[in-house]
Amino acid sequence: MTQGMDGPHPEERMRPTGRRNSQGIRIDPEAEATHQPRKAVLSTLVNHEPGVLAEVSGLFSRRQFNIESLTVGATDDPEVARMTIVIEEPEPGIDQAKKQLEKLVPVISVEELEPEAVQRELILVKVDGENPDDVNAVADMYDGNVVDASPETITIEITGSHQKIEAAVEAFDQFDVQEVVRTGAAAVERGADVLEDTRRKAETISEAGETPQTATDD
Amino acid sequence: MSEQTPVSPPEGERTDTEEQTAETTDLPGDGTTTKDTVSTGAESVVAALEQAGAETLFGVQGGAIMPVYDALYDSEELTHVTMAHEQGASHAADAYGIVSGKPGVCLATSGPGATNLVTGLADASMDSDPVIALTGQVPTNFVGNDAFQETDTVGVTQPVTKHSYFAADADTVGTEVGEAFALADEGRQGPTLVDLPKDVTQGETDAFPGEPETPDTYNPPTEADAEAVDAAAGALADAERPVILAGGGVIKADASDELRQFATDYEIPVVTTMPGIGSFPEDHELSLEWAGMHGTGYANMAITNTDCMLAVGTRFDDRLTGGVETFAPDADIVHVDIDPAEISKNVEADYPLIGDAKQVLRQLDDAMPVAYEATDSSPEAYVEWREQCQTWKDEYAMTYDTPDDEPLKPQYVVERFSELAEDDAIVTTGVGQHQMWASQFWTFTEPRTWVSSHGLGTMGYGVPSAIGAKIAAPDQEVVCFDGDGSFLMTVQELSVAVREDLDITYVVLNNEAVGMVRQWQDGFYEGRRMASEYPWIPQFDMLAEAFGARGFRLEDPEEVDEVIEKARNYDGPAVIDAIIDPAENVYPMVPSGGDNGLFALNGDQLGDL
Ligand SMILES: Cc1ncc(C[n+]2csc(CCOP(=O)(O)OP(=O)(O)O)c2C)c(N)n1
Repeated sequence: MTQGMDGPHPEERMRPTGRRNSQGIRIDPEAEATHQPRKAVLSTLVNHEPGVLAEVSGLFSRRQFNIESLTVGATDDPEVARMTIVIEEPEPGIDQAKKQLEKLVPVISVEELEPEAVQRELILVKVDGENPDDVNAVADMYDGNVVDASPETITIEITGSHQKIEAAVEAFDQFDVQEVVRTGAAAVERGADVLEDTRRKAETISEAGETPQTATDD
Repeated sequence: MSEQTPVSPPEGERTDTEEQTAETTDLPGDGTTTKDTVSTGAESVVAALEQAGAETLFGVQGGAIMPVYDALYDSEELTHVTMAHEQGASHAADAYGIVSGKPGVCLATSGPGATNLVTGLADASMDSDPVIALTGQVPTNFVGNDAFQETDTVGVTQPVTKHSYFAADADTVGTEVGEAFALADEGRQGPTLVDLPKDVTQGETDAFPGEPETPDTYNPPTEADAEAVDAAAGALADAERPVILAGGGVIKADASDELRQFATDYEIPVVTTMPGIGSFPEDHELSLEWAGMHGTGYANMAITNTDCMLAVGTRFDDRLTGGVETFAPDADIVHVDIDPAEISKNVEADYPLIGDAKQVLRQLDDAMPVAYEATDSSPEAYVEWREQCQTWKDEYAMTYDTPDDEPLKPQYVVERFSELAEDDAIVTTGVGQHQMWASQFWTFTEPRTWVSSHGLGTMGYGVPSAIGAKIAAPDQEVVCFDGDGSFLMTVQELSVAVREDLDITYVVLNNEAVGMVRQWQDGFYEGRRMASEYPWIPQFDMLAEAFGARGFRLEDPEEVDEVIEKARNYDGPAVIDAIIDPAENVYPMVPSGGDNGLFALNGDQLGDL
């Protein structure tokens, strides 16, 4: 197989000195840093129309973004729904997820919420009903409510931050947990910051005002 | 919502409504429709296409799309080209979009018609070509019931379109079609689709669609941030080894003139990507032609060793970059793109400039210091760099073995054709070795003259794309270089070229194999040629004659010019079955994921990498 062209052999060619990492970022050989994955909460306003969830979730699976949770629900505007998407990705992946989301036609706006944003998750835990008093005591510790009880099982509802929910699930472990149902996070920025509806830019800007200090419970 | 005509059952049980339509339709042009009123959803679809400035549609009939076709019967502005297969319709529309710059339109019925379009839509999506697809759908009350010829077209196409619409209402369908049309064209171009349930197109409405508008959630940027432009201009002006990498986006943005101006003012060598072929004249002294897996050695040396790259309208596809670890590792990258999601997707941009390529190149030009040429004060390093690029051009010249006798060299056929053809001739291709030879050995000087399937790499793109190209530019010469494998995938579209009397020259570079696969098997699979050789290939010259085209057989290198001229002179589609040296392979080559600077010039070097 000598067919082809003539010219200097690869070993004899001019070579650059630099290098990039697998994310295409130029690296300084001394401090070869790569981005570690982190959790990001993306909040998105979308047109409330059929197919939009499939479009968003299809985007995430197609591009192999690592999704932790995705919740959707209506807003005060009947034409608009809000999605809260928690992903775990290195920085470039988070950036890509945001930009790709913004490109979807039914997507109105996308924002990454601050880590201290209010995040809530709801769980329903169904445990064995043999020791109702103990179950009640644990539920109280987590501000939970018993929402269903039968001689065999007790179902408790708990709302709270991701950490609180994790802790609660662990605490209920002692009662022979039969089912756990989690909703995934719903989240909102603290203070006066609101997710901008870019279709209504003009109306909202003037009303934003200054950010007051807010009370928190977590 | 307006009152709707009775929903017809799935195809097979022909209804009275359809029969009546067929019998009572008036002949075109006898004044049955006026241009500013509509009475059905289908008429509104047609009005929307007319409003959007569409001229030619490529499609195939069928039950669910029949109402739209019926409405087309009366349109004086729209011409319909019946294709042999819906894949052909989507590729023809795609090529029409590339050549004309306006969205190409394709139509198909529901189910198999729609799924046959998918390859062409995926192709258009990867190459950011403006295409709008209109698909018939079963009536709304059958949707979801697995009705005859039902497919979830929106679901199937969503990943390969900018957006897929499901038209739910006769009153809004026209607006949606207009919106889809505008969306295909705005910002980063790409395919869109509108799925049209039969009851919606048959439904009564008097809603005449307005001017096509993009949705209010879609706001592509135009001008780049001024401070960012200044910073990028600074980096470019300070560079000692600058290079411009021009992608397909330059052509899409009609920014070729701005590119030429910028490159010549600052005497920066220009490399294009493969989709960017034609954005800068390949016979210009600053041109290094195109880079990537089978790009020229000099282009690959330049992009590897540059210290500042102005990349315009490229998405840094892996066939271009090779392994990103070794892609332009010394370079500050100025990345101009209209799609923010392309910035730092594959290669980190040091200076992102988000906006329309034409606008941003002008902004950059304004922000640059006085051109060196004007002041005659080019720094020494910069002069050295240009000389270095010239040296590479000599060292890695694009040559091939040219024995005076047979077998015929494919490169020679392309090169001769390029010299004999008109300067603004349009070249389309299939996918494989022939595609690479066509792009390497043809000298492209004008934008929108190179029409090929890059991102998806679709065999079968050649025959229908030449049809779309010829219809978009009837006054330009159109040549299609195809491989025997690719040609066979869509050969039926030759019937369309004959029927429409399109003056196209098809050249099948026939190596009786899926040659590119065989090349890889020889290079990377120890020559185990599993399923890559075609010992049973038909005679393409005779096949052409059977379709009603002219066929030529070319084997003798001595006859190359003569046969090319005969085929060019034939007024209609001609097919040259060029029997080429089956041992010929494509070089240079950067192995997949390799280092662009370490391209192999021949099989021996490939073995050494
Ligand atoms: C639809 C499709 N199927 C398979 C492939 C994989 N493939 C890439 S190149 C190639 C060979 C093409 O053969 P041919 O058209 O004869 O061109 P040649 O390489 O011989 O010039 C194949 C099979 C493809 N690109 N597209």
